[in-house]
Amino acid sequence: MHDFRYHRPSSVDEAVKLLAGKSDARVMAGGMTLIPTLKQRLAKLTDVIDLAAIKELKGIKVEGKAVTIGAMTPHHEVASSIAVKKAIPALAALAAGIGDPHVRHRGTIGGAVANNDPTADYTAAVLALNATVKTNKRSIAADSFFKGLFETALGEGELITAVSFPVVDKAAYMKFANPASRYAIVGVFVAKSGASVRTAVTGAASCVFRCAPIETALAKSFAPEAIASVMIDGKDFNSDIHASAEYRAHLVRVMAQRAVAAAA
Amino acid sequence: MNRTVNITVNGVAYQETVPIRMLLVDFIRDRLGLTGTHISCTYEGRCGACTVQVNGEAVKSCMLLAVQADGDSVTTIEGLSKDGQPHPLQQTFNEHHALQCGYCTPGILMNIEEFLRKNPRPSETEIRHALIGNICRCTGYVHIVEAIAAAADRMR
Repeated sequence: MHDFRYHRPSSVDEAVKLLAGKSDARVMAGGMTLIPTLKQRLAKLTDVIDLAAIKELKGIKVEGKAVTIGAMTPHHEVASSIAVKKAIPALAALAAGIGDPHVRHRGTIGGAVANNDPTADYTAAVLALNATVKTNKRSIAADSFFKGLFETALGEGELITAVSFPVVDKAAYMKFANPASRYAIVGVFVAKSGASVRTAVTGAASCVFRCAPIETALAKSFAPEAIASVMIDGKDFNSDIHASAEYRAHLVRVMAQRAVAAAA
Repeated sequence: MNRTVNITVNGVAYQETVPIRMLLVDFIRDRLGLTGTHISCTYEGRCGACTVQVNGEAVKSCMLLAVQADGDSVTTIEGLSKDGQPHPLQQTFNEHHALQCGYCTPGILMNIEEFLRKNPRPSETEIRHALIGNICRCTGYVHIVEAIAAAADRMR
């Protein structure tokens, strides 16, 4: 690990001030990606700004038809929250399946969403549930947030403060997990709200994406059989030692069917 | 660059000046000499042998910096037994032959102690799910799962 300065601000304003004008400074949420990156010397930073002491970024609120989760809320809190289990059970179940207990104690929703790892779980929930990403500057709709491989709409000096999920009629997330890391080889989040169905796929391509053929078929009939013959085009999918692009394309449909069957 | 931290480990308060880039596992092992916390996968965060509890929650101590634990209370395997008596998990791991080389064991115990506190009546599936972050390459987990179930019974 290269050397760096370490800061622990107690407010978002203070964190943003620390970031200003430093091109090689980064904020750290749970550090579950940043610490390994630093250990491998894949990044050389002048300053690490640890958000752990900022109380305003923590906590879960269920108000009306929305669940709002503070950016620094760890996965295990979402997984074990009775309020989340009641409002959006699929979201609590997704959080319970991220990594392992150790990672769930440290990893946060803000870090996971800002990092936009192509195999992350939370990104699929944000996109399928049509969540709003709240930052210190603005609110960003899920459809405009994820831009590409590890790339988001976040600008310089912009921090996620919370993610707000609308309560939907039915939802479920199913993933085919890497048995060692529990990252999604393919994960599919399906959400139904009135006549509208949104489906987000993670793990398959360079960035989480919505799957139009599945959404169209499920809008007509919200049943696993409705998508049994949908063909998924996998030509741009990831292909690696874990799964070929063709296999991932197959898994998208299978995971989507399982998610529809499990949706509650 | 250095920073002074206040970290309580196994009930003892330490004030130490540490390099900012020092991992918590190195602080525990090299600075405090508590070598029961093991390093197996060489700091990759994959094996769980370095699991300790920070404020009662299991974490891999190679996945955070010592400075991140400033102000926190850390428990390591050395802090698990009480009044000279082995913890029920230590007893049942012995009785059920739940270790061969024993290298992964401290990490498993620190993870599962928290798990059983929160889930005193776990099913076998729940026990296996809780073990995902701890890799054992000797025993094949059957005896580990049996020992955990036996400890859960004994602790109720």
